[in-house]
Amino acid sequence: MKFSLTEEQEMLKKTARDFLSEKCPRAFVRQTEESEVGYSRDLWQEMAELGWMGLAFPEEYGGGGMSFLDLAVLLEEMGRACLPGPFFSTVVLGGLTIQDAGSMEQRQRYLPPAIRGESILSMALYEPDVRHYDAPPITVEATPDGEGYRLSGTTVFVPDAHLSDHLLCVTSTGPEDGIAIFAVDAGSAGISYSPLSTIGGDKLFEVSLDRVSVPRSNMLAGPDRGRRTVQKALERAAVARCCEVVGNMQRVLDMTVDYARERKQFDRPIGSFQVIQHYCAEMATDVDGARFCSYRAAWMLSKGLPCSSEVAIAKVWTGEASRRVLDRAHQIHGAIGVTMEHDLHFYTRRAKAAELVFGGADYHRETVAREMRL
Amino acid sequence: MDFGFTEEQNRFREEVRSFLEEEIREGHWQPACDAWIQGFDPAFTRRVSERGWIGMIWPREYGGQGRSHIDRLILTEEMLRYGAPAACHWFADRQVGGAILSFGSEELKREFLPRIARGEAYFGLGMSEPGAGSDLASLQTRAVEDGDYYVLDGQKTWTSCAYFAHYFDVYARTDPDAPKHRGISEFIVDATLPGLSRIPMTDITGTEAWSDLFFDSVRVHKKYLIGEKNRGFYQVLHQLDYERSGLERIMGNYPLFEAIVQFTKENGLSGDPLVRSKLAQLQVEFEVGRLLGYRVTSVMEEGRTPNWESAMSKAYSTEFEKRLANVAMEILGPYGQLMPESRLVPLRGMAPHSYLGSKGYSLQAGTTEILRNVLAARGLGLPGS
Ligand SMILES: Cc1cc2nc3c(=O)[nH]c(=O)nc-3n(C[C@H](O)[C@H](O)[C@H](O)COP(=O)(O)OP(=O)(O)OC[C@H]3O[C@@H](n4cnc5c(N)ncnc54)[C@H](O)[C@@H]3O)c2cc1C
Repeated sequence: MKFSLTEEQEMLKKTARDFLSEKCPRAFVRQTEESEVGYSRDLWQEMAELGWMGLAFPEEYGGGGMSFLDLAVLLEEMGRACLPGPFFSTVVLGGLTIQDAGSMEQRQRYLPPAIRGESILSMALYEPDVRHYDAPPITVEATPDGEGYRLSGTTVFVPDAHLSDHLLCVTSTGPEDGIAIFAVDAGSAGISYSPLSTIGGDKLFEVSLDRVSVPRSNMLAGPDRGRRTVQKALERAAVARCCEVVGNMQRVLDMTVDYARERKQFDRPIGSFQVIQHYCAEMATDVDGARFCSYRAAWMLSKGLPCSSEVAIAKVWTGEASRRVLDRAHQIHGAIGVTMEHDLHFYTRRAKAAELVFGGADYHRETVAREMRL
Repeated sequence: MDFGFTEEQNRFREEVRSFLEEEIREGHWQPACDAWIQGFDPAFTRRVSERGWIGMIWPREYGGQGRSHIDRLILTEEMLRYGAPAACHWFADRQVGGAILSFGSEELKREFLPRIARGEAYFGLGMSEPGAGSDLASLQTRAVEDGDYYVLDGQKTWTSCAYFAHYFDVYARTDPDAPKHRGISEFIVDATLPGLSRIPMTDITGTEAWSDLFFDSVRVHKKYLIGEKNRGFYQVLHQLDYERSGLERIMGNYPLFEAIVQFTKENGLSGDPLVRSKLAQLQVEFEVGRLLGYRVTSVMEEGRTPNWESAMSKAYSTEFEKRLANVAMEILGPYGQLMPESRLVPLRGMAPHSYLGSKGYSLQAGTTEILRNVLAARGLGLPGS
């Protein structure tokens, strides 16, 4: 048991912090969020050169052979920087799902280009009735058609669909069959996208599939393990998002403490008022709590240990703690913090969006209850 | 980062568990809340010492085992899980022994550490006074030099476990003219010395938890001064970091947690979504507290003294204990009010006992407010008020 980072992880963290503070300043985040594409090609290439996309993939596909826990360190820094773009979609949703469920041939086909920064991936996890996403009534249908399948249906909240080269789609192969996952070429005829406007400022889409033709060789997981694959993808996504939120929260705490030291009222720094100090102390506790339960879940995932409960605990705590932290941060910043000029809103909006995806607190509390055998 | 334990550590946990289960099977004691501070059981302490589990992290030459902080974490976690009556040795094992080891003379180390480890020397903590609670540096008990002795006069209060302690770790003023932080010294005071008297005090649960200690010209030999004269306040701050460091803060009422979950299952309440949600939320909060506590151990294992880290863990965890007791009472409904001795009492009355008792744990060893001050100033570097 050891709660500090390894030397290698410290180095990764520092590289990421330095790189992102140079290349991803707030002005860049602002500008990118407002743009339609929502990312920078140049930055994406530089990230690929740093080996970030490949970090957690085996070396045989051009990856860095590091673990999901190492990836967590990087995700925390990305959350801290509010990095816009399709990293999460490509690596966490797309790449790791292919790594988990795909055949050797499929991995060989999709992973190396993604790792080189030449291809962008995403996953369509949600259907319009998303409240029951753990056992979803899958309505996207995959109907056998000659040598392959035809996919039809609607999915929502698909991140970065407009940039993606391949979309992983969760489908139903028939009333009895359960679910199968396909990698769909995004340029296929019959796919259409409409953007959604979101509180978090990330690029989410409604994606409609109308008799999209997909060869059989694009099936990543058949009905025998489709559901389990989706479940694992959701667990990874929940934890990865938690790690980003940890970075978000840590940055908000740092900003708030700095502000409390500098801002003077009644001839003294507001940080010398005990009530402000106690708010900050509570924030720090929330942040460290979020960090440890998120990293513990990441550690368990990287060890391949069963961790439904730990994942759920991380998601419940991180969501609710980030809300408390941002609430206090706004209170301490006063009016300047609720303007668009100030940076705080980036964190507030993103944290709230993160709370709602991959299962909210009530959903995950129910998982915890089940794991307690209640 | 590594959240796992080694094979050897897992085996040690198993060993502790089998020992405790055997203890319960043989009817030596029943799991109880707060037994780490209220469970007086010299025979149990002796059996624990026979296994080398008191002072286990101290060097062998002083009766310790040279084991790691992680092993001690495992041991204490299991003691707390089973609600074992470990009060006789808890303070000495957790903090006084460490204080002697860090600051005491060679003679003191040889005199006390092996006896603590053998389960023969129980310690109480003589810090607080009627006028000196959070502001401990304002304490008034005096220690005046007289030849080879210090003569102590004054009063200590809230001394937990005083009625069975053999010794007290006492802080007294040795320089009344110095600024208040710089005139305090630390002593080991034998409980049987002439002039020292104890008057017991009953806490809100009805337990005789503390005593007032009265010092009337108590003569303490100079060799029982721990560390440097007038450095006592700095030594106590160090000791408090350890006092706040353990899992007893999150697991003091763990037996109630297990019992209320079991009760929920056995009484058909599992289907109630509100009950499920409340218990699951407790589980989330418990796990966070446990991780904050583990982090403190990880800091110690790296050879550092945990400061704001243990303040954070203790402040968070003692508030959790209150919520746990409250949820348990809510689930029990009107039966939640039945005290341990009552007819019809569920869960041996642990819920109301803990509900009342947990009010004190967010005060002792630094109140939640003081701990937030520590965290803000030392952890976050906010300016003094
Ligand atoms: C169960 C229990 C066991 C104990 N065991 C021992 C023992 O074995 N040995 C021993 O020496 N003592 C013991 N104590 C005493 C304990 O250390 C004191 O209760 C504690 O230090 C607080 O002091 P006080 O009770 O005088 O409260 P006060 O210090 O008077 O505090 C009252 C309130 O004022 C607040 N306050 C005080 N100062 C500040 C500040 N600077 N900023 C913000 N708020 C402030 C406190 O947080 C609290 O809310 C025990 C207490 C309890 C409850």
